Amino acid sequence: MGVETLGDNVITTSLDKLVNWSRSRSLWPMTFGLACCAIEMMSTGAARFDLDRFGIIFRASPRQADCIIIAGTVTKKMLPVILTVYEQMPEPKYVVAMGACACSGGVFDTYSVVQGIDEYLPVDVYIPGCPPRPEGLLYGLIKLQEKIMRERNSFGAAIGIGEVVNNA
Amino acid sequence: MASTETMTVNMGPQHPSTHGVLQLILELDGETVVKATPHIGFLHRGVEKLSENRTYHQVLPLTDRLDYLAPMHNNLGYVLAVEKLFGITDMIPERAKTVRVMMAEITRLKSHLVWLACHALDIGAMTVFIYCFREREMIMDMYEKLSGARMTSNYFRVGGLSADLPDGFEKDVRHFIDVMPGHIDTYEGLLTGNIIWQKRIQGVGVIDAEAAIDIGLSGPSLRGSGVDWDLRRDNPYSGYENYDFKVCVEQGCDTWARYRVRLDEMRESVKIIRQALDRLQAGPFLADCPKICLPPKKDVVNTIEGLIHQFKIISEGPKPEVGEIYQSVENPKGEVGFYLVSDGSSNPYRMKVRPASFVNLQALPQMVQGRLIADVVAIIGTLDIVLGEIDR
Repeated sequence: MGVETLGDNVITTSLDKLVNWSRSRSLWPMTFGLACCAIEMMSTGAARFDLDRFGIIFRASPRQADCIIIAGTVTKKMLPVILTVYEQMPEPKYVVAMGACACSGGVFDTYSVVQGIDEYLPVDVYIPGCPPRPEGLLYGLIKLQEKIMRERNSFGAAIGIGEVVNNA
Repeated sequence: MASTETMTVNMGPQHPSTHGVLQLILELDGETVVKATPHIGFLHRGVEKLSENRTYHQVLPLTDRLDYLAPMHNNLGYVLAVEKLFGITDMIPERAKTVRVMMAEITRLKSHLVWLACHALDIGAMTVFIYCFREREMIMDMYEKLSGARMTSNYFRVGGLSADLPDGFEKDVRHFIDVMPGHIDTYEGLLTGNIIWQKRIQGVGVIDAEAAIDIGLSGPSLRGSGVDWDLRRDNPYSGYENYDFKVCVEQGCDTWARYRVRLDEMRESVKIIRQALDRLQAGPFLADCPKICLPPKKDVVNTIEGLIHQFKIISEGPKPEVGEIYQSVENPKGEVGFYLVSDGSSNPYRMKVRPASFVNLQALPQMVQGRLIADVVAIIGTLDIVLGEIDR
């Protein structure tokens, strides 16, 4: 009975859209600067590029965040902290790898640097650059919004029926 | 008698006010800090080890990423060290030296703008952040014209510069230094007379001159304690001895004094940039020693000599004499030094960086002891640390 019997009909689809729309238009990233990229992340949040107009507002607590921007070099010492912060974030959660270091380790092919955060976290968007320009970060976040808009069964998953299907 | 226990609180490494990935273990008695222990190493990238497997030219991009708020100062320190090692310090053309000084001072402004923005933001003044980053974007635009990158410029080269100034660049700089003093007045208008700002930083983070020297503080953190010491004047490099500027010193020893010192320094930087711009003359921007300096791209594609030199330098790398040298520069945060050991091969045998922030951070436990927990963020802000430089 209830929503379960409706299956794939039009009502659930539009609820999915509503859920996707509200999620993608209020992406709250975790303030988590690691290295140089964090400064470009701050520039993106400042007046000239202004992330607020996309509904993107930085939160200082993982409990309030939807998305984590890995902005900078991830070292082996820092990795457990990042994983803890990621686990503390409520579902649904998204990961943006910002910059060459977070994507692949960058120039730092050394004993102490994790060669890409995607070895440990499910990355949704990769943004290359060392550091990426604010426009690059903006483009990446807009891509993430588009990706969220394409999710299916997001309403169903929210009330405990099935999983989110992402055919991006 | 009621007895009290201290409580241990972990601050960082993902705390937004620790300026990166610094971890502090705070032992608290109520709201008073009994003891603070900084834990570092969360951004250790192995730059020093990495540079042992690169030629002297290839190390340069890594130095950008040490103190990423003042990349050109790191470049400058490194290229001066390598030039000293190769013995070509006297061959650097005048134009290159002047441009280096000009860009170093622009970078000082850039670094101090981020310091002021973050310091004020940590204490709760959001507006200053927006203003400072607006002016910082002007500097970013200049950086971009010059080197193509907004932050990691990698503009200086061993022997000079990677390219000459682009067309219209001098006009941009002149416009910038014309408007900048007014903007600095704006920041002062927002902060200096603000009673909340005064109460939050006056008498906070006191360190007297003797203790500051013992710890080895440098830069504005030292000058805020009344010690008149500036490498630009006391151990000049890149022609700084020819510029007329004041070394800003305050006697207060507290966060307020360091705030005054940095604001005054920003004004002095504008003066130095103006002098550099006035004495900028046409001429070569790269020293005439083709076996050591990377030739400009124009020569590589147009002349056979340029191509051969480029090939030899890239594939093999220039080899200095066996020896070791130390060269330090006055970074916005303090003394940044490069210690290079050469074994006669084309890679440095050892590169040791003397970072300003690492040494300055040592003053933190002493400064926060006995203060309230809310003062900790003010003190981290006033030390102006950059974790990329601390952990390297």
